[in-house]
Amino acid sequence: MTSIARDLPAAPRVDREAVAARQARARRRMLGRGLLYAAAVLLALWVLFPIYLITITAFSPRDAVYDYPKQLIPGTLSAETMRFFVDAEGVLGALWNSVLVAVVTLIFSTLIGAPAGYALARFAFRGRDAFRLIVLSTRAFPIVILSIPLAVSFIEWGIYDTIWSVALMHTALALPFTVLITSSIFISVPRDLEEAALTLGCTPATAFVKVVLPLALPGLAAASIFTFVLSWNEVFAAVILTLRERTLPALVLAALNQSPVPFRLAAGWFMLAPSLIFIFVIRRYLLGLWGRVSR
Amino acid sequence: MAEIRLQGITKIFDKKVRAVDEVDLTIADREFMVLLGPSGCGKTTLMRMIAGLEYPEHGRVSIGNRDVTDLPPRRRDISMVFQSYAVFPHLTVFDNVAFGLRMKNIAKAEIKRRVEGAAELVQLGPYLERYPAQLSGGQRQRVAVARAIVMEPAVLLMDEPLSNLDALLRLNFRAELKRLVGELKTTTIYVTHDQVEAMSLGDRIAVMREGRIVQCGTPMEIYDRPANRFVGGFIGSPPMNFLSGRIERSNGHLQVGLGDQMLTVPATLGGRTAGEVLVGIRAENIEAEAAPAEGAIAARTEVVEPLGSHLLVTAAVGDQKLKIQARTDFPARPDAPLWLRPEPDKLRWFDPESGQEIDAR
Ligand SMILES: Nc1ncnc2c1ncn2[C@@H]1O[C@H](COP(=O)(O)OP(=O)(O)O)[C@@H](O)[C@H]1O
Ligand SMILES: [Mg+2]
Repeated sequence: MTSIARDLPAAPRVDREAVAARQARARRRMLGRGLLYAAAVLLALWVLFPIYLITITAFSPRDAVYDYPKQLIPGTLSAETMRFFVDAEGVLGALWNSVLVAVVTLIFSTLIGAPAGYALARFAFRGRDAFRLIVLSTRAFPIVILSIPLAVSFIEWGIYDTIWSVALMHTALALPFTVLITSSIFISVPRDLEEAALTLGCTPATAFVKVVLPLALPGLAAASIFTFVLSWNEVFAAVILTLRERTLPALVLAALNQSPVPFRLAAGWFMLAPSLIFIFVIRRYLLGLWGRVSR
Repeated sequence: MAEIRLQGITKIFDKKVRAVDEVDLTIADREFMVLLGPSGCGKTTLMRMIAGLEYPEHGRVSIGNRDVTDLPPRRRDISMVFQSYAVFPHLTVFDNVAFGLRMKNIAKAEIKRRVEGAAELVQLGPYLERYPAQLSGGQRQRVAVARAIVMEPAVLLMDEPLSNLDALLRLNFRAELKRLVGELKTTTIYVTHDQVEAMSLGDRIAVMREGRIVQCGTPMEIYDRPANRFVGGFIGSPPMNFLSGRIERSNGHLQVGLGDQMLTVPATLGGRTAGEVLVGIRAENIEAEAAPAEGAIAARTEVVEPLGSHLLVTAAVGDQKLKIQARTDFPARPDAPLWLRPEPDKLRWFDPESGQEIDAR
């Protein structure tokens, strides 16, 4: 382009300057875009590479686990390491417990947190701002201090060492975020829509179900990812509140020191996989909804 | 049959803002009533209290001889078109329009018939399966209108339904809306801050200011005899001219002095014989002359704006400015003298303190 511009003596000076400026802009844009992509790739690698390493090792034969340097493309795939982990005492039970706890936490925190979030979003009540702060401040309590008296209470109620005690604890941990996140989700649903429903024959409850809920669902689903992952990864309360009915992280943590490396890697993969699957499922659903609503 | 009666309606926000202040208004069955006023004067709040979305601090609302003050919106037999349209983004056009009918448990076949009928009226027929995100602003606006009229409500409420459309669309849709509502024959309340819209649509206009209704009447009444200075200045483009003068008496006749010139006035000025008075006159009720004439006031041309159909001339009488509508062939030139002859029966008189009209007839 530059040479062509130079070869055209008839072209007025202004034009040449304009061309140069346009090229400079284009170059800058290309550069900016290149940097953006580079950063994105770097970030993706940062997250994905360890996941990849864990995954291939978890599916390599047990001997390959100790290979060094690591081969990036595994020679042989094998379920041996995996089977070793899955066959280990209590793993399947703990996995099932973890799923149950996460699901129960999800249900509890949504049932309790979403209405509170809705109230924060829609109603101007005395002490609303204070409430917003206090909700968060529960997270300032160290879990250690909270767990011991809770364990005592749970023993009294007869739910110690069950998924219920862990789920209740996780609900308490998740609630501040559920409340604040759902409240911002409900704020983003215009009040007008709800009022339009009221003028079209809805009670406040049916207006909520028919208009607010469908529009809030993508956001609520996103919030649920957060709650699920929080519960799935939480280990401290789970260790204190269970003995035999361990969740997976609690079991793995307890067994980690005495277990061989293949067990650890397989456990790592197992901790990772369900969260990833959950995120992918919800994400597809999210994109579907968002795409339809805001296209 | 739905006459709307508002009695002493008051809405106070945050314990001090009197958004609507002791409003009394009766709207006849099938009447098209426009609430007109500058932004923030309480139009929307008043409409929301009629809809049941806001609860008045005092006063009663009745629709069709039924006191509805304590009833929720769904029991009032009203439909509302929101300024933002409030079209449900997660539903297709068909489902949006059918929403209210489904809430009433109407048979499927009839819903289909009525939705298609309403969509036809607002020319949305081909778009029934689309989502609102796939529609233009004007089409979304039609969805909102169709959704309201399909309910065949006793009262149709519209809050600035045209304000989010661009100018040309607004002009077209205004006429369409007028035809549509004329056919429906429901009692309609229409909120706007646009005086042209109000004049063109309303059977009557209620002009609001600071939460109160300052004048209520037919468009022509309001245009012709504004109840106070505010209404005269708000309605009409350009607004009514106001000149301050002094009432004087000579040879037993009343006159009003504008600077050193005299204006003949009606036999009585509401019994006033002295003091200041405000003269109101509209631009199109002043005849401009290029040469001195009997009974004409001398003025000086300041600005000439050719507007195609006429010239808008800004003139100065003494140090007071006024606007005059002159024919396009009038030889207007900046700084040139001109002579103004106001139509005597179009002169309006106002109290300079209160701004209220003085009945001079
Ligand atoms: N929900 C509310 N809370 C507090 N003040 C309000 C509320 N709604 C309206 N107002 C106030 O009431 C006045 C009238 O508002 P509104 O009825 O919306 O005016 P308009 O529709 O004529 O522009 C304004 O001063 C506005 O700030
Ligand atoms: Mg308004």
